[in-house]
Amino acid sequence: MALTLVVNGQSHDLGTIDPDTPLLWALRDHLGLVGAKYGCGVGQCGACTVWLDGVAMRSCQLPVGQITDRAITTIEGLAGESLHPVQQAWIDNDVAQCGYCQAGQIMSAAALLARNPRPSEQDIHTAMQGNICRCGTYGRIKKAIQDASETLTAGELFYDAAEVSA
Amino acid sequence: MKLQHPATGNSVSRRQFIQLTGLGLALTATGTVKFAHADEASAVPMLNAYVHIGNDGVITLVAPHPDVGQGVNTALPMILAEELDAAWEDVVVVNAATDAKRYGFQFAGGSLSVPTRWDELRRMGATARALLLQAAANTWEVPVSALTTKGSKVFHDETQRELRYADLAEVAAGLAIPDADSLPLKSSDQYRLLGQRITSVSAKAIARGESLFGIDVQRPDMVYASYVKCPQIGGVPKSANLADIKALPGVLDAFILEAPGGPLIFEFPAGTRIAAGVAIVATDTWSAFKARKQLVVDWDTTLASRDDTDALDAQALAASERGAGQNVIRTEGDTEAALSAAATKRKAFYSAAFISHAQLEPQSCVAQVSANHAEIWTTSQTPSSIQDALPGLLQLAPEAVTVRSIRGGGGFGRRLSNEYAYEAALISQRVKRPVKLQWQREDDMAFDFFRSALYLDLEAGLDDAGQLSAWKQHVISGSADGENANYGTSHQKRNFPEDTVTNVLISQTLLATKTPTGAWRAPVSNIYAFAEQSFMNELAVEANIDFRDFLIQNLGSDQWFTEGDRNALNTARAKAVIRAVCNDAGWGRSLPPGRGLGLAFFFSHAGHVAEVAEVSVDDGKRVKVHDVWVAADVGHVINLSGVENQIEGSVVDGLSALANQQIHVKNGQVQERNFDQYALLRMPQAPRVHVRMVDSGFAPTGAGEPALPPLAPAVGNAIFAACGERVRSLPISREGFVV
Repeated sequence: MALTLVVNGQSHDLGTIDPDTPLLWALRDHLGLVGAKYGCGVGQCGACTVWLDGVAMRSCQLPVGQITDRAITTIEGLAGESLHPVQQAWIDNDVAQCGYCQAGQIMSAAALLARNPRPSEQDIHTAMQGNICRCGTYGRIKKAIQDASETLTAGELFYDAAEVSA
Repeated sequence: MKLQHPATGNSVSRRQFIQLTGLGLALTATGTVKFAHADEASAVPMLNAYVHIGNDGVITLVAPHPDVGQGVNTALPMILAEELDAAWEDVVVVNAATDAKRYGFQFAGGSLSVPTRWDELRRMGATARALLLQAAANTWEVPVSALTTKGSKVFHDETQRELRYADLAEVAAGLAIPDADSLPLKSSDQYRLLGQRITSVSAKAIARGESLFGIDVQRPDMVYASYVKCPQIGGVPKSANLADIKALPGVLDAFILEAPGGPLIFEFPAGTRIAAGVAIVATDTWSAFKARKQLVVDWDTTLASRDDTDALDAQALAASERGAGQNVIRTEGDTEAALSAAATKRKAFYSAAFISHAQLEPQSCVAQVSANHAEIWTTSQTPSSIQDALPGLLQLAPEAVTVRSIRGGGGFGRRLSNEYAYEAALISQRVKRPVKLQWQREDDMAFDFFRSALYLDLEAGLDDAGQLSAWKQHVISGSADGENANYGTSHQKRNFPEDTVTNVLISQTLLATKTPTGAWRAPVSNIYAFAEQSFMNELAVEANIDFRDFLIQNLGSDQWFTEGDRNALNTARAKAVIRAVCNDAGWGRSLPPGRGLGLAFFFSHAGHVAEVAEVSVDDGKRVKVHDVWVAADVGHVINLSGVENQIEGSVVDGLSALANQQIHVKNGQVQERNFDQYALLRMPQAPRVHVRMVDSGFAPTGAGEPALPPLAPAVGNAIFAACGERVRSLPISREGFVV
């Protein structure tokens, strides 16, 4: 039976793919979505982070046969008309060196801000400690998350003010 | 449309240029990936091998070296753009094709990209600008001397006229190339772009998750391979259950790959040698990985390594107890007499373990080999070496081999050897299809060219003024051939402290090992800095001299040990960074019990770098590194953001290695295979890093490596200041410390 995945709002038929195939390899080899990266294959490095129903998960640990009815979001689906504020903050802070881990870092960070728009430093550490950056850009990642938090919450404040004045 | 290429005299059309520059994958200064297909080629020829200006206003600059995260795809084109007076927002960067005739030896290593290309790229920018100036002068019928340039335009101030480079490029391309050496280059006070914080040209593509890395390369009809080598290093396959493997779902082929040139792969760089193994080729990566779990191989381990790192530690300690080594490397004066006469004397044994590169992108390579052509997409730090070696390996004519250099997810020296590329090429040749070879993390960690273990016995004396009077070093390390020390362990003549001390004795003992070793970020320096700067701190403590004062006193009067040689220490620059970092860190301030500051200075890869770490240590030997201050002099800064990023990363990397990175080998088998056994530093452990660039007016040098070596001794010295315990072994987890 053909296996179907819903990725970035679109349904994809993966034919007779082995249902044990980790989502990471289905994305990369079958769907041509290469933003999620292979780093360790054992859920230790976070380079393969995607969202499953909005929660940051390690795609190397998710057999496709078990997630056919779930909403998958990858780095390619994060931006709308413009970049996600986290992506923009990554560029503004010139975060990346090699950049290999950064799609996973961004997916973890954006998931954090979605559930906690004003994270403390401790909150950031807790949310991000599953993502390794071998180049050591942690200081810039933290600053970018704080900047994105300000962008997101500033928008919220403006919205609140508009509500009040209306 | 053609032009004479100034460096080679070759004619280069725009169409050829697009082919030359590989994939046609281009990165704009504002960060979008553009695909410059040949059919989009403009009619305008290149101005030289590095510069193309289209009549659409796009300025395409060629980045000649591989970028593995060290930022040269941004920094090197910045040098061109500065002399060209191009507006950075007009710039698109493309990776150069691997082409020795046009671009010389293309590699990323030794922090050499900037210093070795500095003059060439400035001249290339300047000659392109001169052509545009001449074209404008001809158009307006005015002398070149009446013209100025800025922001991709030529100005004639007298008549307030201006012309865009885009409107001049076609005419400029037809003019005679001026003599590059005759053109004036800017002085540093004229720079508009260099020294600014410029965002990486890859930043936007990275943030969007666009296809950029070696692992992302896809080819039509491509198949996927996994390659299994003997866990006991140097073992070769006798037989395997290949028929069973070929019957598994998704598997297309499985076969034993003989190792051309013999099975041994203990030495670095390995040339074209690869380890013999079993290739599994499948329809996708997962099918190859899954099939591999069913693979049973009968290995011949007759010639394989039987290394045991615990036994090596014991042998090294025994060698240390025998005193000086049998090979004398350097001797000056009478060290024994000076030690006897010394007012302060100390002896200590330092050691460092094997460590792995653990770059985050495991090795992968796409190879497309047919009977008369080969094309390789590689993240190699030495694509030129592949270009040189592959024709012989595949029995093809040199011009039949194309090597495409693709961004690598970290290098740190791991991608200086190219065995994975040769594995991919041989597998593709066998299956006659494009192949993506994907190493598992477990392969990457086990079959690394490791930073070698090293043991250093140090003994030194100070005179009653606190000046080093004797310096004795016994270097104990492994050797695969019994003659050459493992890579990165050999003593290298050092200006400081050795050239400042009258009595010096350096000796060496070699122990037989077969574990492959290679270049790991700041080779040699990454261990010697730790031992020497920690040991000097021991001497200063013993003599009750502040370490800042000790270093400045012992560096002595201002001198450049070899005038004009960027690899020679300049004591004025050294003292300047030491003073700067101590000033920034508040050196000498009082701290509560359990908290301490540590200082270290080291000169490597032409960079003078001093660092201060502030750490606290609790009763359970838990270490928290709060802040690290860095003062670095790498000459004139090209990209301030890039340099700061490299230095911040060097601090984190240095701390990561110091904390608990260690490779154990038992009976020739690497024990740590993945990040659950080999821990890298994570965000909560990372210190705040404060970077100060000290510009002493010298030409720019590289920034990828020199900030790493001082980190370990700075932290070690701070741990001593905090708790009174001296760290003499890396990683410090071996001595019970937890970061």
